[in-house]
Amino acid sequence: MLGYALRRLLYVIPISLGVTILVFALVHLAPGDPLNAVVAPDAPASVVAKLKADYGFDKPLPLQYAQWLGRAVRGDLGLSVVNSRPVLDQLIIAVPNTLMLAVVATLIGFTLGAILGGLAGYFQGTWIDKFATGFGVAGVSVPHYWLGMVLVIIFGVELNWLPATGMGPGGSGSWEWNWVHIRHLILPAVTLSVIPCGIITRTVRAIVAEILSQEFVQALRAKGLLNGRTMLHVIKNVAPTVLAVMGLQLGYLLGGSILVETVFNWPGTGFLLNDAIFRRDIPMLQGTILVLAMFFVALNLIVDILQTLIDPRMRRT
Amino acid sequence: MNLNTPAAATIDVAQVVLQSRGYWTTVWQRLSRDKVTVAFAVLLALIVLSAIFAPWITPHDPYKGNILRRLKEIGYPGHLLGTDETGRDMLTRLIYGGRLSLFMGVMPVVNALAIGGLLGIIAGFVGGRINMLIMRTMDIFYAFPSVLLAIAISGALGAGIGNAILSLTIVFIPPIARVAESVTTQVRSLDYVEAARASGVSSARIIRVHVLSNVLGTVFIYATGLVSVSIILASGLSFLGLGTRPPEAEWGLMLNTLRQAIYVNPYVAALPGVMIFMTSLSFNLLSDGLRSAMDVRL
Repeated sequence: MLGYALRRLLYVIPISLGVTILVFALVHLAPGDPLNAVVAPDAPASVVAKLKADYGFDKPLPLQYAQWLGRAVRGDLGLSVVNSRPVLDQLIIAVPNTLMLAVVATLIGFTLGAILGGLAGYFQGTWIDKFATGFGVAGVSVPHYWLGMVLVIIFGVELNWLPATGMGPGGSGSWEWNWVHIRHLILPAVTLSVIPCGIITRTVRAIVAEILSQEFVQALRAKGLLNGRTMLHVIKNVAPTVLAVMGLQLGYLLGGSILVETVFNWPGTGFLLNDAIFRRDIPMLQGTILVLAMFFVALNLIVDILQTLIDPRMRRT
Repeated sequence: MNLNTPAAATIDVAQVVLQSRGYWTTVWQRLSRDKVTVAFAVLLALIVLSAIFAPWITPHDPYKGNILRRLKEIGYPGHLLGTDETGRDMLTRLIYGGRLSLFMGVMPVVNALAIGGLLGIIAGFVGGRINMLIMRTMDIFYAFPSVLLAIAISGALGAGIGNAILSLTIVFIPPIARVAESVTTQVRSLDYVEAARASGVSSARIIRVHVLSNVLGTVFIYATGLVSVSIILASGLSFLGLGTRPPEAEWGLMLNTLRQAIYVNPYVAALPGVMIFMTSLSFNLLSDGLRSAMDVRL
């Protein structure tokens, strides 16, 4: 077990290096000069040269990468070219907001998906199975940014029950777990939860159906064990896969919440990304994507290790 | 050997044709009995055909608006589905919107199918270091959530249809390569492929006859499912202002510009999303239906 965990941990190193190379390359994918956004087109050459030197854009690429990586490892993600504030400072405020949204959405999606999928797999062919299957496929097909708009139309505009946008009084840095704030979380979290809910419904249904058709379950039933006991065995077999799907989904939501954050003006990383794209603020774009990708890598690692703890059969080479 | 090859080829091809005809008949029978799949296949065909024949079936010009008739409700005389924020006919724009939205949704998967499929087959067939090299490179792309990767690339490249398609192509290459690789690896060790190899059949021929016939079905079904994701993401990029630009008719972009109108005319503002949803749902159900009809496990 320890050997597997260590090997898996070592594998994170090449992956992380690959991720940093890709994120670094983003700057050079961008058309024109990374400083275009801040330098006036008629700026004198000496000013441009000085700015280039300040941001380190005047050195050869491999050196730029090494320097950038060295700084990033120490937590220095550079300065935003728009407002000259450290990228990290803005991320420290934004990441918890996105994390909160993603975790709540995953929990909603998981609870609903596990119940629906479990019932559908257990009562195959009944109306509840048809409903859950339909719900599952709708959940993975719905454009969530549109669903967000529809929820705002229903609960914000027509019924006027919940606030349409924002994070509550005080804005991005002053979250508290009280009703005034939680009201603002409901619509975006429900919107975001639809994707994992659909995927988890489909996954759980498929696995439960498969396990119920296996011989050991038939044997348990033949032995006269109650349905509840049988279900316990089924759950033990479903858990590792569902856990893996859930972990991955949390990671997807962290990165994928940008569209929902845009719809609800939620001040998280998606909001930063959106802003960075429009102002062509490359260091901001790089920093945000790097942090989100590293979160995803870490989540994958945790899921893999937890999975093997629960189910020794999962231990891969 | 030289003498044997043409004869072997004839027999082989004849067998494949015979087998595939029987197989495809079964698949077709199963599909036509699956009411949900048939219904959504018809819906999808309607959306695609109306997008193709848009200039002949739409009642208005998609770009010309009437300032006096802005944001009219559904059922307004002369405008069956109302008008948008500059008074353009919604029905016309929804039909025209299918052209760009479908193109931007389908093209990345087609590109990725060609590139990812090829990489996966090479990795699976050659194995060893080449497999390591290709598949570990794919793993790096897997370290990004797909939406984030698409937004990162097209955010850095800037807005535009070409850039959006390019970024989504990069997003879909790794998953397709993974599926192609795992199926190819399985096929490679099948007895009849080993036998073909032992009897001196060239690698190119083994890939063409045995590997492709096994891999294509699975990868194609998987790709059909990906189109539904691709349509949502492509429209999502336009929704963020990273795909098409106004005044182009595209569902995601229309949703974005109508977002300001949800307090004036919420139902009209939500219409483009219905189109995205219907199209994506159709591709998903089609993929599910094909999967069970062709009895493929992914």
